[in-house]
Amino acid sequence: MTEKKQITCIVCPLGCKIMVDIKGDKVDVLSGNKCKKGVNYAIYEALDPRRVLTTSVLVEDGEWPLVSVKSSRPVPKNKIFDVLKEIRKVKIKAPVKIGRTIIMDVAGTGIDIISTKSIKKCL
Amino acid sequence: MINLNVDVLVIGCGPAGLAAAISAKKNGAKNVLILDRNTWLGGILPQCIHDGFGVEETGSSMTGTEYAEMYINEAEKNDISFMNETMVLEFNKKRQITAVNKNGLHKINAGSIVLAMGCREKTRWNAMIAGGRPSGIFTAGVAQAFINLYNIMIGKNVVVLGSGDVGLIMARRLKFEGANVLGVVEIFPYASGLPRNVVQCLDDYDIPLFLNHTVTYIKGKERLESVTIAQVDKDLKVLPGSERKINCDTLLLSLGLIPENELSKGVGIVLDTVTEGPVVDQNYETSLSGVFACGNCLHVYDTVDVLSVDAKIAGKNAALFNSNQKFLFNKEINIRPGKGVSYVVPQKINCPGKTSLKFRVKTPEERPRIRCTLKNDDIYEKRLAYANPANMIVIDIDISSNMLQSDGILEVSIDD
Repeated sequence: MTEKKQITCIVCPLGCKIMVDIKGDKVDVLSGNKCKKGVNYAIYEALDPRRVLTTSVLVEDGEWPLVSVKSSRPVPKNKIFDVLKEIRKVKIKAPVKIGRTIIMDVAGTGIDIISTKSIKKCL
Repeated sequence: MINLNVDVLVIGCGPAGLAAAISAKKNGAKNVLILDRNTWLGGILPQCIHDGFGVEETGSSMTGTEYAEMYINEAEKNDISFMNETMVLEFNKKRQITAVNKNGLHKINAGSIVLAMGCREKTRWNAMIAGGRPSGIFTAGVAQAFINLYNIMIGKNVVVLGSGDVGLIMARRLKFEGANVLGVVEIFPYASGLPRNVVQCLDDYDIPLFLNHTVTYIKGKERLESVTIAQVDKDLKVLPGSERKINCDTLLLSLGLIPENELSKGVGIVLDTVTEGPVVDQNYETSLSGVFACGNCLHVYDTVDVLSVDAKIAGKNAALFNSNQKFLFNKEINIRPGKGVSYVVPQKINCPGKTSLKFRVKTPEERPRIRCTLKNDDIYEKRLAYANPANMIVIDIDISSNMLQSDGILEVSIDD
């Protein structure tokens, strides 16, 4: 059983339309990609779609009430709302440095949640 | 009155202003000052918590916030001066800037000026939507600031009008924060945002995209109660009988951006009627000598990557203007959009060499052929796989001194 499918690449703003042929757990990338990153994306997208998750975490005593965060690796699409639920429970104290691990192994995914902004302590 | 003298003065501390200032410094300007009216640095980037920034520039995908910190750190390392919460009121042809902040009125003499004021969002009044004036109507960027900076949720049941990138990104963001996103309404037969955002913001979460549709009525007294959406024909006229009411408490507007050029207009800088930004040459110099323009106040970019590259060229030339390293040619070529092209930046070339042209097509095209002609001679030709109005096209052309001597008009057009 094979299934031909068109995948729009999200790696860069170009949005190449990549044709793939899915044979069970094997994927042939047929055409449409302008770079190598597209091949990798299309294979993942066909078998195990994942997204980098970005959201925010509550901050206490900070110059801003939130610090923006991202997942250290792309999260499986069907886990996104589980991960968001975990992130919503967390509150951290200012100051926060950019690149700090806020949650380790979030929702059992093996993926960490990392700050993407520095928040100074409120004076 | 506080008097200051600087080599290069940059107006606006968003990504364009930061990139231009860093580049001016690296190209010999001793004294570089950025003025910004906000309390923070980075312009709109601190509220852009999503990723996808810097892919073309650095090869890796960053969030807007990470991209901002990278540039702010670089600017600080390069000893660039900042003045926050400072509003530029005007500047004159002698490049004297009047600005005001808590310390009082400032008169700043600048060797050269870089305009990096960014852009504003179009509002309900740009689209002339009839109906009541309830609360619950936000431009997408304002909603983004409420949610991502101030931790204020804006509503529960949301309709988005316009499929610009900020609108698409906010549709996903609202979904993440527990809102019910009822759909994105787009008057054109195609999304105006980037393809990757249609996929990862709408398709991923089964948010419907109503193409060839618009909002015709807003109902509500205190808070928004419903919007009426209707289908349009190919002339964008509403099809009678296609109206349908959607109950919602929030309407997000993602109708496009307008370059902010009150200061440019005030001093008489010539603007392009399509981009609504200054007319510039290959060095990003405006019609006023020593004043350069970059970023979204020049023309609205798709991505910050290309914007920063251009802003660096503007900053470099602002620095070189001070050291008189400018080659003056008496001849210039004017660049014009031809068939199928809505605009081209820069609008003129007055120096031989390689120049990169940025332009947008009017409608989506399969396998279009780009053609550049100068006085009826073909000087450039390239076939693309496809062209989309949401994706700015960049081409590099070589202008010889002979071409420059022709004093002709360079036309960029799309051929099938």
